[in-house]
Amino acid sequence: MSTAAPAKTDRFEIAGRAFTSRLIIGTGKYRTFAEMKAAHRASGAEMVTVAVRRVPLDRSTESFLDHLDPSLQILPNTAGCYTAEEAIRTARLAREALQTDLLKLEVIGDQTTLFPDNEQTLAAARVLVKEGFVVLPYFTDDLIMAKKLLDAGCPAVMPLAAPIGSGLGIQNPANLRIMREQLPDATIIVDAGVGTASDAAIAMELGADAVLMNTAIAEAQAPAMMAEAMKLAIGAGRLAYLAGRMPKRLFASASSPNTGVVR
Amino acid sequence: MARRRKYAVLSIRPSEVSELLLIQVNGDRREVKEDTSLLELIVILNLRSEQVAIELNQTVVRRSQWQATVLQEADKVEIVHFVGGG
Repeated sequence: MSTAAPAKTDRFEIAGRAFTSRLIIGTGKYRTFAEMKAAHRASGAEMVTVAVRRVPLDRSTESFLDHLDPSLQILPNTAGCYTAEEAIRTARLAREALQTDLLKLEVIGDQTTLFPDNEQTLAAARVLVKEGFVVLPYFTDDLIMAKKLLDAGCPAVMPLAAPIGSGLGIQNPANLRIMREQLPDATIIVDAGVGTASDAAIAMELGADAVLMNTAIAEAQAPAMMAEAMKLAIGAGRLAYLAGRMPKRLFASASSPNTGVVR
Repeated sequence: MARRRKYAVLSIRPSEVSELLLIQVNGDRREVKEDTSLLELIVILNLRSEQVAIELNQTVVRRSQWQATVLQEADKVEIVHFVGGG
């Protein structure tokens, strides 16, 4: 068995696009643009999310996109949408402006928890897939919903670990593990709720293909440092997953020989 | 003999009269001159065309069509751009 980290060959793919980095990060909540750019660089991420909003007409605004590294793949989201219709309209606008088919689909069901409305998400996914979008849907970690989204033509699914911005980490590891085992060929990206590096490592150990996060980095005391921690954690988690962990045991299993002890 | 009254006469040629249309832009009511195109609207609003997308009456209008798309009374325009988000 090779002991070298399979970094260069271990890519994950979305609709024909290959990514080396398994960390996708957001662009929201940073204190300054400089802090955001430093975090992005430290993370090694190749794809970042952005939101779509009405232009404020009463004041001049600088262009947000100008502050992003041009080599980054932009993934527009439909954050803030509460119905399939709003999400579909937002998606179409984003595609026109960015000339990309990639889309993070978010249809929220509740303002306090920001939990997704899975039903509306599925409805929007069906329409958008037909229109040629590469739909990456954010949803609750539900195997049945994952199957429906994949059947609808989504090339990947993005189950949440915990509520957006909560930093609670993987709240239902069994669900993620079940999803990976029951959908061995699906691309699963854990999105939302990651708080610190170990959360990201656990997501990868459970078999996720990638992790998407924003608040965990942006609200860290030192975002660029946390971004690097996340990069390392995701790398470590991925390696551990590929290495195949030892089984858990209820009882002990000695590591040193039982016989020949001086008595 | 009746006194002749003097009138100040404003001579307005019909072509100078420009009708104002009432439209909605990003949820707010706004008046624009008739025959204003979407491209002209972007200029009036001082926006950079390469950074925004426009929806007119719930349909996205491609940038290449902005100049040819003329606003009508009661049109609803949504102009969006990108901001930070997760």
